Amino acid sequence: MSEHSGPLAHHFDDLEQQHEAAELGTWALLVTEVLFFGGLFAGYAVYRHQYPAAFARASDSLNVQMGGWNTAILLGSSVSMVLAVHAARLGKSRALGLWLLATIALGSAFLGVKYFEYEHKWHDHLIPGPNFQFQGVPGGHEQLFFGFYFAMTGMHAFHMLIGLGLLVWLSRRAFRGDFSAQHHPWIEMVGLYWHFVDLVWIFLFPLLYLIGRHA
Amino acid sequence: MSSSSPPLAGVPPRAVPAGPPGPTGKPAIKDNYLNADYGWKSWLFTVDHKRIAILYLLSVTFFFFVGGAFAVLMRLELATPEGDLVQAETYNKLFTMHGVMMVFFFLLPSVPAVLGNFLVPLMIGAKDLAFPRLNLLSWYIYTIGGLFSLFAVVSGGVDTGWTFYAPYSSTYSNTHVIATALGVFISGFSSILTGLNFLVTIHKMRAPGMTWFRLPLFIWAHYATSIIMLLGTPVIAITIVLLALERLFQIGFFDAKLGGDPVLFQHLFWFYSHPAVYIMILPAMGVISEIIAAFSKKRIFGYSFVAFSSLAIAILGFLVWGHHMFVSGQSVYAGLIFSFLSMVVAVPSAVKTFNWTATLFKGSIQLDTPMLYALGFLGLFTIGGLTGLYLATLAVDVHVHDTYFVVAHFHYVMVGGVVMAYLGGLHYWWPKMFGRMYPEFLARIAAVVVFVGFNLTFFPQFLVGYQGMPRRYHEYVEEFQVLNVLSSAGASILGLGYLLPMIYLTWSLYYGRKVGPNPWGAKGLEWEQAGSPPTTFNFERTPLVTEEAYAYPDARPQITARAGHGGRHE
Ligand SMILES: [Cu+2]
Repeated sequence: MSEHSGPLAHHFDDLEQQHEAAELGTWALLVTEVLFFGGLFAGYAVYRHQYPAAFARASDSLNVQMGGWNTAILLGSSVSMVLAVHAARLGKSRALGLWLLATIALGSAFLGVKYFEYEHKWHDHLIPGPNFQFQGVPGGHEQLFFGFYFAMTGMHAFHMLIGLGLLVWLSRRAFRGDFSAQHHPWIEMVGLYWHFVDLVWIFLFPLLYLIGRHA
Repeated sequence: MSSSSPPLAGVPPRAVPAGPPGPTGKPAIKDNYLNADYGWKSWLFTVDHKRIAILYLLSVTFFFFVGGAFAVLMRLELATPEGDLVQAETYNKLFTMHGVMMVFFFLLPSVPAVLGNFLVPLMIGAKDLAFPRLNLLSWYIYTIGGLFSLFAVVSGGVDTGWTFYAPYSSTYSNTHVIATALGVFISGFSSILTGLNFLVTIHKMRAPGMTWFRLPLFIWAHYATSIIMLLGTPVIAITIVLLALERLFQIGFFDAKLGGDPVLFQHLFWFYSHPAVYIMILPAMGVISEIIAAFSKKRIFGYSFVAFSSLAIAILGFLVWGHHMFVSGQSVYAGLIFSFLSMVVAVPSAVKTFNWTATLFKGSIQLDTPMLYALGFLGLFTIGGLTGLYLATLAVDVHVHDTYFVVAHFHYVMVGGVVMAYLGGLHYWWPKMFGRMYPEFLARIAAVVVFVGFNLTFFPQFLVGYQGMPRRYHEYVEEFQVLNVLSSAGASILGLGYLLPMIYLTWSLYYGRKVGPNPWGAKGLEWEQAGSPPTTFNFERTPLVTEEAYAYPDARPQITARAGHGGRHE
């Protein structure tokens, strides 16, 4: 009855039950996340509908190229995450660690691009607040668009930071040889989480950058 | 019904290791979760769901009395028409902090986090919840969130009302809105983690033979609750984030002056906060099902209807939030639909109430303290629920909106419903939790005092509200004084009724009569298969369930008689 001897926790009957519980728990957490972002999407939809012209103008001023590159980078990171999970299932610890590192690199690249995008906005006085100006005009409903832009992409970036922290931890464990083909807790859960965060961006990109563009 | 095979068979017991020798040289007695380990570390770092339930019991009780203290001050102020005890600003803070403390830090966690934590694994035959460490984490998150909000109170308070309506909260209030809301935000994660833990546990950890339709109704109620916790809580979280962003950076999400829409805040807020009512009342209903079955010695009438009505409430509860906004300027058609759906959501609650009443019919009823609370619940919840229908009716709501009628209505549901059920459940499972019985006579008196005090406090509020007294004011016109004095008098009786159990329950921990595993002669794994108090891993052997819930011997007398005539002997 010792509490943490081996991979099986004391309160489960077998590894399969433990694994199923972890998987269901992850999915439940992701459902929660959907609702969390759902509040933001709902608010965005309402105001986009209310102020279509201002939102289209503001959206036009976003950098589609940077957004597009970031979409590609993030999709790439999902591919490397899939390969990491695959390596974990085969019990290839080194490959697992390397694919996790690749995922970390791509995720960091995304955040890097995002940093420069934010910096441009700062220079252009597009940070909502008393100093906000859109094309020289202070205030306006464009400000609301940028409010949502920063809230949504910021919340997304925050989720990526959590994901990166988890990936760093897992890659260290992978190189240490903590995982086997039969038992690699957290890998699949973090994989699901990473794909979810990726998916949020897949919705954010067209909503913020593409819809209603007249370039 | 005589059957030779025991109703609950089990697999052979595992050897229980003897504890290390105690100070006297004899092996220390380690036969239950309370004496399995000693010292504050063994509590603060425990992963045992039962010990975590006790931690919750302590914090929840603390916040209950903090929230109650604010209510005492309010009722004192309202004893006279003039605003003489506190100023309007102070009064605004009083009702806000009363609401925040009671809703977020007492009502939401009370039944699920205390009783649910303790009982969900015991009732389904599991050793613990699926994620024990997450469970402990959720207690820490809850306590930190609570202390955060409490800090806001001590350092000056907040005056927005527990609803934090924008733009007052985001732009105009000069009180500690962010600190308070952050406390609510933090504790929300505790709610999400608890819901997640229950959901996974109920899906994956049931003992062999414990099929879905053998689950106690308490479990069905907590399953439905966990769904609401998972789907609703993240929405209040993002709403608070948006509110904080608006307050800190003047982004006009909700402030019309900045281009936003205050009604959006109300939509998002009530999308969570109406279902949150069911996070409070559903587990309470689960408690009532258990108590009524145990003290009528009958299977709950229409078991599957009661089970499914919990799920129906969880789903329909998400579609009615607009009934808080009939006068907010939302579209008339939305108002009509929300009005209609709000009436529909009353149906599953009514189904439960009728089924409980039908269970009582011809049951062998014992009026022990838990049953007194359950019967009190039935009466008060019925009044609370039916007055909810008044408020769901568009035209009537316009008349009584923001009056004491609304205050009385939700206190009948929240206090008359949830708190009565919580106290009933606490008494019912007290001997299971601590192995000792509370003093029955004193407890019955306290139950009656609570019931009388409650009605005297809140029934006059229906009347004074219907006459037009608005809520959230520290003074009122003289015509309303008689009813207000009655209400304040009732509140003092109610306060006494709440202090009594606190005192005698604590007393019983040391001096209460020791009891065996099943003092009530009740059905259910927690009574029949686990000790009082249970061992750390709950069961000596994994239970094997072979019968439905509440299979009391005289549950189906006719069927037994017929079986006897048919000469069936098993
Ligand atoms: Cu409601």
